[in-house]
Amino acid sequence: MNTQGRKTHIDALGVEGGGAASAAAGTISGNRALMLEEPLIFEQDSPGTTGVDLPEPPAVKSRLGQVRERGRIGLPGLSEPEVIRHYTRLSQKNYAIDSGLYPLGSCTMKHNPRLNEKLARLPGFSDIHPLQPERTVQGALELIDTLAHWLKTLTGMPAVAMSPAAGAHGELCGMMSIRAAIEDRDGGTSQRRRVLVPESAHGTNPATAAACGFTVDAIPADATGRVDVEALKAKLGDDVAAIMLTNPNTCGLFERDIVEIAEAVHAAGAYFYCDGANFNAIVGRVRPADLGIDAMHINLHKTFSTPHGGGGPGSGPVVLSDALAKFVPLPYVVHGPDGFSLVESTADEDSTGKEFGRLKGFHGQMGMFVRALAYILSHGADGLRQVASDAVLNANYVMASLGDVMTPSFEGPCMHEALFDDRFLKGTGVTTLDFAKAMIDEGYHPMTMYFPLVVHGAFLIEPTETESKQSLDAFIRVMRGLAERAKSGDADHFLGAPRMTPRRRLDETGAARKPVLRWVPEVEQREAAE
Amino acid sequence: MRYLPLTEADRRSMLATIGVPSVDSLFRDVPESARLAAPIDGLAPHAGEMEVERTIAAMAAKNVAAGSVPSFLGAGAYRHHVPAAVDHLIQRGEFLTSYTPYQPEVTQGTLQYLFEFQTQVALITGMDVANASLYDGATSCAEAVMMANRVTRRSRAVLSGGLHPHYRDVTATNARFHGFEVVTAPADPDGNEDLAALVDDKTSCVVVQNPGFFGQVRDLTDLAAAVHAKGALLIVAVAEVVSLGLLTPPGEMGADIVVAEGQSIGNALNFGGPYVGLFATRDKYVRHMPGRLTGQTVDAEGRRGWVLTLSTREQHIRREKATSNICTNSGLCALAFTIHMSLLGEEGFTRLARLNHAKAVRLADRLDALKGVEIVSDSFFNEFTVHLKKPAAKVVNKLAKAGILGGVPVSRLYPGDEALAELLLVAATETNTDADMDALASGLKEALL
Repeated sequence: MNTQGRKTHIDALGVEGGGAASAAAGTISGNRALMLEEPLIFEQDSPGTTGVDLPEPPAVKSRLGQVRERGRIGLPGLSEPEVIRHYTRLSQKNYAIDSGLYPLGSCTMKHNPRLNEKLARLPGFSDIHPLQPERTVQGALELIDTLAHWLKTLTGMPAVAMSPAAGAHGELCGMMSIRAAIEDRDGGTSQRRRVLVPESAHGTNPATAAACGFTVDAIPADATGRVDVEALKAKLGDDVAAIMLTNPNTCGLFERDIVEIAEAVHAAGAYFYCDGANFNAIVGRVRPADLGIDAMHINLHKTFSTPHGGGGPGSGPVVLSDALAKFVPLPYVVHGPDGFSLVESTADEDSTGKEFGRLKGFHGQMGMFVRALAYILSHGADGLRQVASDAVLNANYVMASLGDVMTPSFEGPCMHEALFDDRFLKGTGVTTLDFAKAMIDEGYHPMTMYFPLVVHGAFLIEPTETESKQSLDAFIRVMRGLAERAKSGDADHFLGAPRMTPRRRLDETGAARKPVLRWVPEVEQREAAE
Repeated sequence: MRYLPLTEADRRSMLATIGVPSVDSLFRDVPESARLAAPIDGLAPHAGEMEVERTIAAMAAKNVAAGSVPSFLGAGAYRHHVPAAVDHLIQRGEFLTSYTPYQPEVTQGTLQYLFEFQTQVALITGMDVANASLYDGATSCAEAVMMANRVTRRSRAVLSGGLHPHYRDVTATNARFHGFEVVTAPADPDGNEDLAALVDDKTSCVVVQNPGFFGQVRDLTDLAAAVHAKGALLIVAVAEVVSLGLLTPPGEMGADIVVAEGQSIGNALNFGGPYVGLFATRDKYVRHMPGRLTGQTVDAEGRRGWVLTLSTREQHIRREKATSNICTNSGLCALAFTIHMSLLGEEGFTRLARLNHAKAVRLADRLDALKGVEIVSDSFFNEFTVHLKKPAAKVVNKLAKAGILGGVPVSRLYPGDEALAELLLVAATETNTDADMDALASGLKEALL
């Protein structure tokens, strides 16, 4: 989920001057106690040093044919302690769920259990090659099959494609499945090329539809923050391939009319793709199959707690209805009398002949599968139901506790995330971005900002089920305090924020105008300048 | 339920604050017919740490870990030694449990390592710029082709017969749905293909892998010139990134886009994923690139810092007009790559590459001496193809029974192609000992009897 604020141009900010000297807070080193300045790894080069001990290569006559050996690359040399110190210092400049509440709506930053990390590192999973003979990887195939069983059962769907590498990749898989099914049903010249996508959808939805060769038609939202059902029905026709709907939606609301929508979509001969980014709100309490959904990706990192790792890797298995079950990517796991095996091509005897091809190298994000299954088994069917209940309870508690000082965008219970907008800041001179930056000085990662686009100055807060009441109460106290401070006329406090971070507001406009995307040696910098 | 902190008393008090009698009433927008009253049947109840560990460890125990036996598997995934410091550092919670660095003031750690990663990738590939990674080598390849289509406004891609079949298949899948043409040269065990002859004035790009799928290394300078003369781009795929420590980089041979699988550096085999796709190009094409980018800037006090940048190419701004639907990167795998690369440095990376090549040469010499085994091509990096007098899949199964992971039968990736049935791909890395090589040689001798 993107939460990037509007472009920051530091000239436009009311930051008090000071320059580099004030940055150092008076220290000789530029460090601020535990907050250490850290140069780039390239600026710490001791030529000839290395952090690994590798044996001298045996003397052989090289067999490189016509290819020349390369010259100097320009990589810096450092010892192991220097490298460890470098990355440790970098890590200390990051906010993380291990440090505190991370209320990024739609991103679902929940606790990442370390048991999952331990299990994913068992050599039986981490040290197996994807092309080992199948007999030597029966346990790995069993794990994929077991996870597939849980995903199918929790969603009520008959089939699942396990290989997509991320949520957006799962969307791509689902939409390819829909297009393959349409071509199989209507023939390759089918006119169904239009996909309906709500205005409030994640940007990945329209981008995915386009990547699948569809055109995108936006569906407006109604006054309650949900898809306008009448507008949707009016857009249905025999050129519509599918709708892509997020449920619970990006306003944090459940699409009440979803069953009616599904029926109308099916009656029009189209398919129903559900963006499953928010499955964590309903897991164990609602099965997507019962809503009439044909395809839905599941972000394993969101619902099943595989760590986000600074933005990836993810994993996005896609559950499929009977109508789409055959239109899957290769490869997939099957279970026969001799154990588990992989269907890797349409030439395979277990192939249905309807598979649409390969989506990534090898079989899927195995390391994520292990973590997700560990989380699922830890919770079980009863615990997962509790996950959804607590996620929804926590979000509604935040909504109820802040509803009088901030402006909730829509009425009624929210699901796992609470949406506010910037009406409460009207006339204060404080923007959503300023408010977010002030939260940083209070020790909180900001919420998702400016999304969904259907709301002006959105604040999308997702506490998740792994926050305690105490942690929510502390967060609520800070949010109330900031809201009251903004309304009291103390705009300066916000405009200069954050003040206590390793870096203060960064010039995003300048970064985009003159992109510097890599380090270059000083010599080359000088040459380029001349 | 050790991960759920709310107590029953907390829940009651929170419901009172909200003003509803029960959690069920918070789900009142869900249609009655779809509301489940109780946990779903057919699934186990929650389990403790010991029990979960026992269940999953039992599955792990059914697999043969590659490191526990002599192993020579490659074909796009390579077993290398990963220094202990790498895994230790990536498990620091501040890396492991952080999110996409959208708030740069509190994510300078992630942003700085991505900037360093981008620089390392640009340096080793010999290109101007790199992104912050994509899913894997195969998906990077497909993205590169789609980028070449955008840059040239053409829609016909020519793929080498020596391109990894997965890279080819993923590109073909995207071609089918995105609507562009893919022309694939035949499988190329000998490395004698004339790709330039396939290029016409509708061709957006030629994709060639170096070292090729069958192991050969080649100089691409002439091919680059021929491709450019037709107004197309040269995309070079690198499935074994360690090779860049020894061979002339694709950038110096005239590549316009370089894609690579970064798994070999810092990342374990993991049964095929997650891996890390590298993607590098020329400065002039930066705004056509897919994926996330970190850029250097200054903060309000004039100090150097980093932010995500050029996001106007991306799906969250451009929606259906974005360069790609990708909204993530392989963050943690890229971190592992960048730490391992930092540990290696110039000295270590080039030595690692030499060591790999030397091991493969030794292995080739050993296998060449066997009756019924013939090395198909004499120029390679750390992997080469051998022709056996028997179907390679059968030989590999026999070797597996003898406790040796003896390579990848080419037929596994080219199913149904009888002409390739007796070809075996064998890789050697720094992890292979002389004893491993002896085991493979005697195992092969036995299996070929």
